Amino acid sequence: MAKSAVQHDNKKLNVREIIQQKKKSRSVNNYTEKLIPKILFGIAAISVFTTIGIVLTLITETIAFFKDVPFIDFFTGTELKPLGENAVFGVLPLLTGTIISTLIAMLVAIPVGLMTAIFLSEYASEKTRKALKPLLEILAGIPTIVYGFFAFTFVTPLLRSFIPGLEPTNILSPGIVMGIMIIPMVASLSEDAMSSVPNAMREGALALGATKLEVTWKVVVPAAISGIIASFVLGISRAIGETMIVTIASGSSKNFTFDVTQSMQTMTAYIVEVTGGEAAAGTTLYYSLYAVAMTLFVFTLIMNLLAQYISRKFREEY
Amino acid sequence: MKYVDSEQVHKKMGSRLLANNLAKTLFFLATLFGLVVLIVLIYRVLADGLGWINMDFLMNRLSTDPERAGIWGAITGTLWLMLVVAPVTMILGVGTAIYLEEYAAKGRISSFIKTNISNLAGVPSVVFGILGLTVFARALDLGSVVLAGGLTMALLVLPVVVVASQEAIRAVPQFLREASYGMGATKWQTIKNVVLPASLPGILTGVILALSRAIGETAPLVVIGIPALLIPVPDGIFDKFTILPVQIYYWTLDSALVAEYANLAAATIVILLIVLFAMNSIAILIRNKFQKRY
Repeated sequence: MAKSAVQHDNKKLNVREIIQQKKKSRSVNNYTEKLIPKILFGIAAISVFTTIGIVLTLITETIAFFKDVPFIDFFTGTELKPLGENAVFGVLPLLTGTIISTLIAMLVAIPVGLMTAIFLSEYASEKTRKALKPLLEILAGIPTIVYGFFAFTFVTPLLRSFIPGLEPTNILSPGIVMGIMIIPMVASLSEDAMSSVPNAMREGALALGATKLEVTWKVVVPAAISGIIASFVLGISRAIGETMIVTIASGSSKNFTFDVTQSMQTMTAYIVEVTGGEAAAGTTLYYSLYAVAMTLFVFTLIMNLLAQYISRKFREEY
Repeated sequence: MKYVDSEQVHKKMGSRLLANNLAKTLFFLATLFGLVVLIVLIYRVLADGLGWINMDFLMNRLSTDPERAGIWGAITGTLWLMLVVAPVTMILGVGTAIYLEEYAAKGRISSFIKTNISNLAGVPSVVFGILGLTVFARALDLGSVVLAGGLTMALLVLPVVVVASQEAIRAVPQFLREASYGMGATKWQTIKNVVLPASLPGILTGVILALSRAIGETAPLVVIGIPALLIPVPDGIFDKFTILPVQIYYWTLDSALVAEYANLAAATIVILLIVLFAMNSIAILIRNKFQKRY
């Protein structure tokens, strides 16, 4: 205090000058105060622009594609031969590939994920849960390319040893591995839903003489069903959009078939194949990329919106 | 006269308890299934790859000869990519989070941005690759260089940073802000000097998790067009590059032709998993060490 008083004396500051300076700094402050929210709003808008950018690029190029290939032919065509003179663009082989791999994945992920969630939320002791959950999180953090390697170099040869007709690239093995990849996601979201069911409901059922299985199956699961179904839908969306596992392990044959031992291509794998090749801008092949990406985008968007809707609409409040 | 036939009850109870115990075992086995796969996966990767890791493998450039091939290019490529992704996601992510938590009126615009971000999180990564290819690589004519890949990746992992930062900012108690206002600070001064420092650990955790996601992603960069050819080690953000997962991708595909490539892929996976494990451990450490409870 004394020191600053001395300084003031030495400088012989004029009160008017001090006021002027304060005013100046305040006006600078006012300026930043007004500017900062605008900058931040601009930054926040970038995420919106990204979405708009994705949708606009997909739409414009898709429209260009449908000038070359009729809409009906694309969605009902069972043949996809994008290369060569007489290129044919039917998306059905890719759609069946995507749907079948997703089905296989969910046949693995839904039962195993739900049972894992039930075990962690209802049966496991606090100690066991604390030990098991981080391990499952590791499974969720492994890059998909590693799962692809695992499917191609381990699961496929393993399956081939007892399914003789299985081709070296097939849709079964990546489907199963994709399911394993999705287990942690289904398990953790379902577990969250089940843990938020209040204990009073469990205790009520137990007091009536129900076993733990009956409590789980008739009280906890129905009470948490919206969260559980939302986790399934998100899992499906994840499986539809998954790329590297199928690109590596399911081959690039555009078979229109329902035989899981055969090689099939998914929409995502097609995108990787076409961009990896030399698709010159402006060709039908190049535009087909966007038509397929648009289909993929619409599918996953519907799934994500559906999951949000289910968990919001049917959430039970306790 | 007995009101309850205890023999009947025991019989019924017995089968119900048996069902309960069977179910418990089944649920436990299902939980173990995921862990067993994890163990098998890690064992396989280590068995195939561990023998191939040495200094030469880390420091050598790519080569068609499996004995001499190394991942130095992929390592430097990954580092350069991080140098683009980290600042871009941090500025975009934290800026968005501050806007949503501190400035935005709880109205239509902010809820629109929030819905948009959660939808963006669900867009398949390969679609981001298409966006990057169209906008950065072709429209801005950057080509498949580090900058184009980094910007694409930054947009892909943006939701992770936004959500983590939002949670961190929300966790800063109101009385800290009020104390700052009480001292005569303005809104931005309060955010800059009080809110951000207090929420920094949470934000950093989110950034590290986003970066580790970016390190593991393959599809967008393959779509942008990272060549399968031998490319030089990148020296800057305008150079062509490759990263570890893309290297794993090409080696796995080629392992059908040259068996040793499977070992190279496995060895690269070991390195990648070590990097990811280290990053996640750092994120957990930050969270545990600096997490304050008010």
